[in-house]
Amino acid sequence: MSLDKHDVEKIAHLARLSIQEDDIPHYARDLNNILNLVEQMSAVDTSDILPMAHPLDATQRLRPDAVTEVNQREAFQAIAPKTDAGVYLVPKVIE
Amino acid sequence: MHNKSLPELSTALHSGEISSVELTQHYLDRINKYNGDLNAFITVTDDRALEQAKAADKLLADKKAGPLTGIPLAHKDIFCTKGVRTSCASKMLDKFVAPYDATIVEKIDAAGMVTLGKTNMDEFAMGSSNETSYYGPVKNPWDTNCVPGGSSGGSAAAMAARLAPIATGTDTGGSIRQPASLCNLTGLKPTYGRISRYGMIAFASSLDQAGPMANSAEDAAWLMNVMSGFDERDSTSVDRDVPDYTASLNDSLEGLTIGLPKEYFGEGLDSKVAAVVETAIKQYESMGAKLKEITLPNTALAVPTYYVVAPAECSSNLSRMDGVRFGHRVEDPKDLMDLYTRSRGEGFGEEVKRRIMIGTYALSAGYYDAYYLKAQQCRRLIRDDFLKAFEDVDVIMGPSAPTPAFRFGEKTDDPVAMYMEDIYTINVNLAGIPGMSIPAGFIDGMPVGLQIIGNYFDEARLLNIAHKYQQETDWHKQMPEAFK
Repeated sequence: MSLDKHDVEKIAHLARLSIQEDDIPHYARDLNNILNLVEQMSAVDTSDILPMAHPLDATQRLRPDAVTEVNQREAFQAIAPKTDAGVYLVPKVIE
Repeated sequence: MHNKSLPELSTALHSGEISSVELTQHYLDRINKYNGDLNAFITVTDDRALEQAKAADKLLADKKAGPLTGIPLAHKDIFCTKGVRTSCASKMLDKFVAPYDATIVEKIDAAGMVTLGKTNMDEFAMGSSNETSYYGPVKNPWDTNCVPGGSSGGSAAAMAARLAPIATGTDTGGSIRQPASLCNLTGLKPTYGRISRYGMIAFASSLDQAGPMANSAEDAAWLMNVMSGFDERDSTSVDRDVPDYTASLNDSLEGLTIGLPKEYFGEGLDSKVAAVVETAIKQYESMGAKLKEITLPNTALAVPTYYVVAPAECSSNLSRMDGVRFGHRVEDPKDLMDLYTRSRGEGFGEEVKRRIMIGTYALSAGYYDAYYLKAQQCRRLIRDDFLKAFEDVDVIMGPSAPTPAFRFGEKTDDPVAMYMEDIYTINVNLAGIPGMSIPAGFIDGMPVGLQIIGNYFDEARLLNIAHKYQQETDWHKQMPEAFK
C-alpha cells in the first residue's frame, strides 16, 4: 500500500506535528520509501514466532512502595516555557 | 600530551608530572583551536572543567585519587548534565538545562574525571552522518569534506582530532561503532542493560545503550569499569556483577574461534573494505585463532525490522516533548492543539519528524499487527541466529560499516540509502548483544573498522580480543595529519 496526501496529514495529526502543505509530497515520498523497505519483513513466515519485546526477555522489576523522590517543583519549573503560582500554563482549554 | 593513553595519563597525574589543571587546559586549548573547523562540541564547559580539575588535583595531592581522577572526558550531548545545557542536538531542547545528572555522568564525576563539554550528534541520535544536528554537521578530521558518521559524530571527531582523551557515546543501531569505524576509533556498544540509561535521553528504549569511544581497547576498558553496573533508577538495568575489564586484556587468544558470517561479506560491501577486514581477520588467525564460516540467515531483515521498532519507540518517547513542561514552545499558540503541533513542528528536524510519523503509523489502529508485532517476531529470528552461531564460535567478526566515510550531502536526499550505513550494526542492537569497532586499516587515507560481536555480557572478552590485536598493530595510533 502507498500513503497519499490525506494519509500523511492524518499521521501528522496523530503525531501532533504541524507540517507545511508544501512539504507533504516529499514526506509522502520518503515515508513510502521507508515503508517499502519495511515491507521486506513480509518475506519471512513468522506465524509461529513469539514476539520479542525485550532483548533479555526480562520482566518488569518491582521495588518497595517507598518514597524515594523529594519535591523539586521549583527546579523542574525553572525550565518550563510558562508557569504561574506553581502550575504549568497552557492556552485555555475549558470555556 | 594528547597522544597518551589513559594509563599513561593516570601515571603522569599520580606522579605529579602534570596536574589535572594543566592537562585540562591543554585539551581546552585544542578545542578552542580546532572546534571552529570541526563543530565537534555543542557546548564547551571550560569554567566547570577547570573547577573539576582543581578538585581532582586536590584529591591527587591528598593521595585520595582513583585511577581516572583528573583525566578529561567529553560527553555526547544526549546525557543529562545538571546545570549544563543538554540539547540532544535539537532545536526542541536548545534551551534545556538538565535539572539532574544521568547516572553515568554521576559515576564519571565521582571517579574524579573532568568534563570538557558536550559533543555534537545527530538530532535525538537519529542519523548516521551527523548531518541532522540542529547545530550543523560535524566534520571528519581525516577529511573535512567527509562525514564523521553518526549519531555519535561529535564524540568521534573530537576523539580523532585528540580534543579529548576519551568520550562517551550511545548506540541504538550503530551510533558508536559506525562513527568509530569512520574516524579510526575503538568504540564499544555493551550488552543491553549493562550500563544505566537513566538520564540518557531516550530514542528507542529497547535498543539504546551507552558506551565508551576511545583510542584503544585498554582505554575503553578503563572507562567501562566506571560506566557499567546496575542502577535501580533504570528499570531495564541488569543486576549482575561487573568484572574488572582491564584484568583480562592480556589473556591468550589461543583456541579462540571466530565466526565469519557469509552475509557480512556479500552484496553491499565495498570490496576495498572487505580486503581490509579480511587482512585483520588473517592477523587473528596468525595469533592463534581459528576461523569458521557461519551464517546469520536473517541479516537482511535487520534494517527493515529496525525501521519499525526504533520509530515506534521514538514516537512514544518523543511524545513528552510537547512544549508544556520543558523544551521549545511556539509563540502565541491559539489553542492547546496548536501549541502541541506547532511547537513540535518547529522544534523537530525533518529526520526526527519522519521517524515519529513512521512510528505513529506503525502503532496506529489496524496496523499494529502488520508492523510492530511482525517486527518483534522478526527481531526474535535475528536474535536466534546469533544464539545459534554462538553455539559454535566465541565471537563474530566482520565490517563495522559498508564503506569508509562518505561526503556531505551524498545520502541526505535518500533516507533509505542512509539507513543502509547500519546494515552490519543494527542486528546487534536488535539482539541486545555487545559489539565493538576497532581500527583495522585505511583506504586512500580513510579509516576502516573491524567489528567484533560477542555473546551477552562478553564485553571483557571483546576488549581482550581487541587489545591483543592492538598490541600487534598500530592502526589505532594513527592520527590525522592536520590535528597532530
